Amino acid sequence: MAKSNKPIFWSLFAAGGTLAAFLAPVLALLFLLTALGHPPALLTYANLHAFASHWMGKIFLLGVITLFLWHAAHRLRVTVHDFGLRQDGLVAIVVYLIAAVGTALSALYLIRI
Amino acid sequence: MSRKPFVRPVSKTGWWLKHPRYMRYMSREVTCIPIGAFALLMVCALERLSKGQAAYDAFIAAIQGPLSVLGLIIVLVFALHNATSWFNVTPKALPVQMGEEFLAGKYIIGAHYAVWIVASLIVLFFAGVL
Repeated sequence: MAKSNKPIFWSLFAAGGTLAAFLAPVLALLFLLTALGHPPALLTYANLHAFASHWMGKIFLLGVITLFLWHAAHRLRVTVHDFGLRQDGLVAIVVYLIAAVGTALSALYLIRI
Repeated sequence: MSRKPFVRPVSKTGWWLKHPRYMRYMSREVTCIPIGAFALLMVCALERLSKGQAAYDAFIAAIQGPLSVLGLIIVLVFALHNATSWFNVTPKALPVQMGEEFLAGKYIIGAHYAVWIVASLIVLFFAGVL
């Protein structure tokens, strides 16, 4: 039987899209408030460092960031095809590589905190 | 077989401009670009956070200003578009069968919007905004 890696990337896309639907607007709002000069209390160094020091905070941050990345990577792969670039193999490598590097770096930074 | 088969010319790059439905499809697909960029911004924030207070405070100062405001408004608008379009198809993605009947879509969509609002309020409360 032919094997496909599509279910893996598609499930990451779906999980990330669902998580992004629930959390991306409010997280973007927190950063928007920061950009406007009113950073929320959570985004001050002491509070965010304390949050990221706890193992539950690490899992939350890693889960949110990596699932957003894999969601965006898979959807971008399809979108690039829809915009007329017919190089799916190459595009897939590039977008998934960015997501993989982002995942690895996020894990590394969280371990260091 | 016809000697002059009719091949309808379709633009590879501009096909989605031909119909509002295609444009709505593309508007959903391109939400991945601001969301992906936002995820990368959060990776940068983690990197700065792991480097200590001076590095992190410089990062927070650096993302203030009109360009950041504009960029994050774009992220917010596209994130909202992803959220609403994602929730609005949940009756197709997660149909709930009750006996012979299917639960009306409005309840499935409504439940997602309710969870979305509660989750957002929890994050705002936890972040110290509310």
